[in-house]
Amino acid sequence: MHSMLPMLALLQEAGATSLGAGLAVVGAGLAVIGAGIGIGRIGGQMADAMARQPEAAAQIQTAAIILSALIEGAALFGLVIAGFIK
Amino acid sequence: MRGVTGLFSFIQEHAATVQESAAATQEHAPEAAAHAQEWGTEAMIHHIVDSRVIEGPFGLEWHLPQWDPIHIGSLAIDLSPTKHVVFLALAAVLTILTMWLAARQAAKLDHGAKAPGGVLNGIEAFYLYLRDEVAMANIGRGGEPFVPLVITLFFFILFSNLLGLLPWGATATSNISVTAALAVTALFVVEVAGMRALGPKGYMGTIFYIPKGLNPIMAGIMLVIMTPVELIGKLAKPFALAVRLFANMTAGHFVILALLGLILTYGAGVTMAGVGPKLTGGVAIVGALGLGLFVMFLEIFVAFLQAYIFAMLTAVFIGLIRHAH
Repeated sequence: MHSMLPMLALLQEAGATSLGAGLAVVGAGLAVIGAGIGIGRIGGQMADAMARQPEAAAQIQTAAIILSALIEGAALFGLVIAGFIK
Repeated sequence: MRGVTGLFSFIQEHAATVQESAAATQEHAPEAAAHAQEWGTEAMIHHIVDSRVIEGPFGLEWHLPQWDPIHIGSLAIDLSPTKHVVFLALAAVLTILTMWLAARQAAKLDHGAKAPGGVLNGIEAFYLYLRDEVAMANIGRGGEPFVPLVITLFFFILFSNLLGLLPWGATATSNISVTAALAVTALFVVEVAGMRALGPKGYMGTIFYIPKGLNPIMAGIMLVIMTPVELIGKLAKPFALAVRLFANMTAGHFVILALLGLILTYGAGVTMAGVGPKLTGGVAIVGALGLGLFVMFLEIFVAFLQAYIFAMLTAVFIGLIRHAH
């Protein structure tokens, strides 16, 4: 990186008030990516399992919803910390 | 890698124009701050955070009374009610009312003479599911004393969450103090349940982890390392409960407000590609309201789900510590 000034100027264009706030927003985005990957995997394996055993579909769906909420909780941790630091 | 350096040189070439606009942004900082006060994040955030004024339709405002702080030593504790306090009380009243109505109908039913209907039927469905699949399944034998706690947590958090979705309503559980208080309650119940089920020696065993069959030096090292880990584990679980509930409730409302804020952005005299603000504003209104409606439905689902998860995790923690040996 040749200098931080162009990046800071870009971030100010985008509305962040300082480099710290801008990086906090980037961190929040990364946390959401993590949640997306986790919940996506659950979704894929839920579909596989329901295809193998249709009679267990209701149980699998309930477990998948609960696990998705827990994973979102973890992602929202990251968002809350990003919000505090800003 | 080549792409990244290419991007940086592109940024540097255009750094002059970018720096000019950054300087212009800094010049307009005071006006921008006043503008943001009315139309920006401050205007949105005041709908989510606690306040001393409860707003109603037609510009009605109820300014809550301000009581003198109570001085304990050097602390001044302010106990005057705020908006979230009022909505917490409302959620408590709703919970008590719901359960009381259901119990009254159940008492009149004469023990299975006919199937329950109406309010009792709905509440019974929730109650039986929570008692059998959540509380008893996770706590195991001797779990009956904990069933009322699980059910109360579920209904209280549910009503608190749902009250925020009504017009002019506020979500008490979007306040970290409220969720922290609920989590402290859960922590207290879990630890006391552990002490009663395991006895003092067994409870100390959950803190000071001494594996059997190691020579004393290794056991001592394990003790020194594992004790802080166990203590942090005991505190991290209620902390996660509090932050999960708080973040879910706050995030939903913030997304709705951000979507509605898009209307202001697009209608604020922005001319895009020769199209005037009325058209972009109109499109923004339709789009933002549609998306906002969808997010509101999602919020209802999240309200139920988060209340269920809080109650279920409390039951799981109680069960875990009671069967810790």
